[in-house]
Amino acid sequence: MSLLNDLINLDLTDSTDKIIAEYIWIGGSGMDLRSKARTLPGPVSDPSKLPKWNYDGSSTNQAPGDDSEVILYPQAIFKDPFRRGNNILVMCDAYTPAGEPIPTNKRFNAAKIFSHPDVVAEEPWYGIEQEYTLLQKDTKWPVGWPVGGFPGPQGPYYCGVGADKSFGRDIVDSHYKACLYAGVNISGINGEVMPGQWEFQVGPSVGISAGDQIWIARYILERITEIAGAVLSFDPKPIPGDWNGAGAHTNYSTKSMRNDGGFDIIKKAIEKLGLRHKEHISAYGEGNERRLTGRHETADINTFSWGVANRGASVRVGRDTEKDGKGYFEDRRPASNMDPYVVTSMIAETTIIWKP
Amino acid sequence: MAQILAPSTQWQMRVPKSSTLGSPIATKMWSSLLLKRNMHGAAKATGKFRVLALQSDNSTVNRVEQLLNMDVTPYTDKIIAEYIWIGGSGLDTRSKSRTISKPVQHPSELPKWNYDGSSTGQAPGEDSEVILYPQAIFKDPFRGGNNILVICDTYTPAGEPIPTNKRHKAAEIFSNKKVVDEVPWFGIEQEYTLLQQNVKWPLGWPVGGYPGPQGPYYCGAGADKSFGRDISDAHYKACLYAGINISGTNGEVMPGQWEYQVGPSVGIEAGDHIWCSRYILERITEQAGVVLSLDPKPIEGDWNGAGCHTNYSTKSMREEGGFEVIKKAILNLSLRHKEHISAYGEGNERRLTGKHETASINTFSWGVANRGCSIRVGRDTEKNGKGYLEDRRPASNMDPYVVTGLLAETTILYEPTLEAEALAAQKIALKV
Repeated sequence: MSLLNDLINLDLTDSTDKIIAEYIWIGGSGMDLRSKARTLPGPVSDPSKLPKWNYDGSSTNQAPGDDSEVILYPQAIFKDPFRRGNNILVMCDAYTPAGEPIPTNKRFNAAKIFSHPDVVAEEPWYGIEQEYTLLQKDTKWPVGWPVGGFPGPQGPYYCGVGADKSFGRDIVDSHYKACLYAGVNISGINGEVMPGQWEFQVGPSVGISAGDQIWIARYILERITEIAGAVLSFDPKPIPGDWNGAGAHTNYSTKSMRNDGGFDIIKKAIEKLGLRHKEHISAYGEGNERRLTGRHETADINTFSWGVANRGASVRVGRDTEKDGKGYFEDRRPASNMDPYVVTSMIAETTIIWKP
Repeated sequence: MAQILAPSTQWQMRVPKSSTLGSPIATKMWSSLLLKRNMHGAAKATGKFRVLALQSDNSTVNRVEQLLNMDVTPYTDKIIAEYIWIGGSGLDTRSKSRTISKPVQHPSELPKWNYDGSSTGQAPGEDSEVILYPQAIFKDPFRGGNNILVICDTYTPAGEPIPTNKRHKAAEIFSNKKVVDEVPWFGIEQEYTLLQQNVKWPLGWPVGGYPGPQGPYYCGAGADKSFGRDISDAHYKACLYAGINISGTNGEVMPGQWEYQVGPSVGIEAGDHIWCSRYILERITEQAGVVLSLDPKPIEGDWNGAGCHTNYSTKSMREEGGFEVIKKAILNLSLRHKEHISAYGEGNERRLTGKHETASINTFSWGVANRGCSIRVGRDTEKNGKGYLEDRRPASNMDPYVVTGLLAETTILYEPTLEAEALAAQKIALKV
């Protein structure tokens, strides 16, 4: 046991210049993360210096068996908290051999939107609040819940402390440090309203990096739950009934919103979002209709609403923003299983490029 | 039931637990970071997620602990600040953390923050933001490095303290010039009970039954007399690390009950240190898989309750002639007995019966070395003619901001009429 531990933690920097690069991509469901590792001759800090690679798309539902190679383009580098040393995690997106993005590659389109000159000029910032639920491994029942039964009703668990109120903190805390180490811009964590549910926030990130950072943070989290023997769920309503769902509230601002007079820009942007409510909702995560019921701090899925400090609205504006006349707003509609590339780029597109 | 075996504390783990760690009972009692997957009886593991790693038959190593204990200081200046506040019941602590760009020394360097008050019973859903004002910083014994715990109090967006914010009023009392000049010291003896997870029966007690009667447990040692020492000991070191002014611990009269003392602290610090020490204690019991109870009378019958005796002195009491000042203070306290009692903790009437080293809740009394009184004065204080007094009335679930603030207010700021004084002096046999 001890030998295995020593081997895993071997610091290779004294013995070789070679590093291990874990290439990570999104699989055929649009939500499953996949990865494999390769040796590189020396440390790398620039993604463009990393070689393209490929994988067997027929095993991830992304290519037919007779033409199965899908090409990986490295897009962002993070330090590997599991292997440490000079080893890295590499966030990639997926292309056909001809150079076309495959259908599940949502990053490509997002990158196009984020390089549009109007969008670049507005420097869009994102702060994403990723909620998730931890499940017991074999029963798939939330962590801390008695199998075959339910815990006491919601109330004591939000930011709670104590063995009867907080379940799985070590996973959350180790994820926090691992992300800081990796270079992910993680800004906070808290225990959520439903027991066994947690949240971490990433941001503020500019443009496309918001998506990269969320996907890497999700990968690191699933690696940690793998070690811990718990199952990670991004289902937006894991337990039906009087239990909160899981969302991915997306806080957003542009340069104009952050400057004086920004509050009017914010209101205009919210109006535009209201006009495209259906398009956004259809891209904000599968199964969201089970979550956005109008109860449990959500707005009903069919209605668009906004308000200051109102957690029952589709879009919430903070009191500080109202008071200062500038700031940001929070889109509370996205589900925890949303694709951040899709959501961030859509918000930018609707509020900056789109004309009603 | 066996008591907790030696834990691997969060901040010193180097070697993964060997598989000889223990019997299923030990792994159940202590939040061991390893659970043998082939433990018979899946029922034992159900509903108790404390397990952080499964040690499978071919032994995957426990790497969550390495991440938890990682010292990130070589890789980033950023620190993690855990903001802590008191929730809607007035007794529940809540916390969440945020990244701060570099280490800070003083609470004024930390940003205000906010939280969802509608989830803690402190605000309505359509106007849910409650603002957190950082008030005191402590080192984080769970994360190490430069990471911190931050004790906060709570305000509406307009800047008004919300009703459960008792610190605000206490801070006002403690900044009153007369109080400042008297340099009030507090030594608070926090008692608490440890309960088994799920059954909520005290630690060490047989489920469905009772241990032998009180007698052997106070400051006792031995597997049949002391239950949960590791929690008390881990808490002691964690508080010292954090910068809390913890002055001692002891096992209490009721088995499964413990006490620690914080002090002497000046003014508002007493409240901050007690709340932070309670938070650290509940984080430790969370890891240990044990439930913390601050109920003042957890078990009915011939079993001690849990109190929060508050030792108190002012500059005048500590100087020559202080004993007279102490007697005058006791006089004032006797005139405000009802006001104090109503602020000294919910459920205290179940504890203050006149038995089990308490005074009856309806009667105010004092005495030297008398543990059956409302106020006790130590023999040393009597002999030296100066010292401090011990208010034995507060319950373990008292709010230290309220109690310390009230003690200062009643003994320094409150002035009874002369007739009231004379009557009271007669009543409690005090020559003042």
